[in-house]
Amino acid sequence: MSETVLLIGTKKGLWIGRSDSERREWRLNGPSFEMQGVYSVGIDTRGERPRLFAGGTSEHWGPAVFHSDDLGQTWDEPPEGSIGFPAGADASMERVWQIQPAPENQPGVVYAGAQPSSLWKSTDGGVRFELVSALWDHPHRKDWGAGFGGQAIHTVLPHPTDSQRMSVAMSTGGVYQTTDGGDSWKPANHGIKAYFMPDPDPEFGQCVHKLAGHPAVPERLFAQNHHGVYRSDDGGAIWKSIADGLPSDFGFPIVVHPHEPETVYVFPLVADGNRIPTDAKCRVYRSRDAGSTWEALTNGLPEVPSYAPVLRDALCVDQADQAGVYVGTRDGCVYASADGGDSWVEVARHLPDVLTVRAAVLG
Amino acid sequence: MSVAVKLPTVLRPFAGGAERVQVEVAGEPTVGKVFAALEVEHPALRRRLTDDQGALRRHVNVFLGNDNVRDLNALDTPLSDGDELLILPSVAGG
Repeated sequence: MSETVLLIGTKKGLWIGRSDSERREWRLNGPSFEMQGVYSVGIDTRGERPRLFAGGTSEHWGPAVFHSDDLGQTWDEPPEGSIGFPAGADASMERVWQIQPAPENQPGVVYAGAQPSSLWKSTDGGVRFELVSALWDHPHRKDWGAGFGGQAIHTVLPHPTDSQRMSVAMSTGGVYQTTDGGDSWKPANHGIKAYFMPDPDPEFGQCVHKLAGHPAVPERLFAQNHHGVYRSDDGGAIWKSIADGLPSDFGFPIVVHPHEPETVYVFPLVADGNRIPTDAKCRVYRSRDAGSTWEALTNGLPEVPSYAPVLRDALCVDQADQAGVYVGTRDGCVYASADGGDSWVEVARHLPDVLTVRAAVLG
Repeated sequence: MSVAVKLPTVLRPFAGGAERVQVEVAGEPTVGKVFAALEVEHPALRRRLTDDQGALRRHVNVFLGNDNVRDLNALDTPLSDGDELLILPSVAGG
């Protein structure tokens, strides 16, 4: 029987949930990295043994990226650190927002997105990361802004089959893409609104909150924006709104079902100026037609009024045949669905502020 | 010259468990030179005291006697043979 592992990064440490293939009952261990904000986690299932990642930030002692090859019993990092700007770079690592193992066709490659807005590449399985200098040296960088959470690359979306292509997103700055393995980068925001700027249709400067895509349909991308939910059917050249049918176009995460390229999940919040769940209900919204229509998922999610948002990386799926969906809230609750979102069980409550969740089926 | 660095409990794992590390510094020692010397034997400790560019982290306090070195000459604060630096996290955070 296979096992499922669930990483829960919070404002004050990491918890690890484990369950069998049914994913109805969970055992939680934690916290690790107490008093560190665990803003990014990752699970690399490509090797012989799964490797876990945790990107933590101590308010006192700074950021670090750790890896574990024994499912979180022990954690390692090189003494000199996994990730950091070289001396003289006029910048220091503030936070690692994203740890993304590359697709199967790039063994050993792991990407990271960080604050200040920077992309990093590891070729040794995520032990040491190198700055992707072409994006760091981009002439637009001086004009990239900072969202409330900081100026960061928070989405790293490698193309599923073409190792030369990748999309990243940052707040604020928008979407950037490479087609030459990271040697050059161009903004890809046509159609995404930036209502907070004098020109609401700028080349870049959008506040994209999250990108998602499906390996089987690499030309289609989804974006949850700072007001606006979008789809692109041409690899990011043009974006069109798919927010009709949602109670709000504001929110942070967006996730695609692992086996159904047209099924996508979001967690709407009322508005920029009122960041609580719409109708004060903890509700994941699902579309099964690539954003044409939406339904609220309610079965097993709390009925009581809820005022806790879900952050950009606190919604995820696993890869099981009967896909699991996971959501963590800012009031420290985690809910899991073993049936694509039709029904949910509570995995945790009263944890610290949940920042990120990632899940994978092992074995 | 030799200067000691006394560590809070939370940082001792990055110095092999030691409460106090002794650092040898050539020439005229300063706080910054002591930290630079830490890089050789205790790079994981050094990273937690200073950022990528060598600046003292915002919530890290370094005391020479009763003085916070920020109130002296910060990383350029001169030291004497036998001095001891005390590392303390600031009282901060929620």
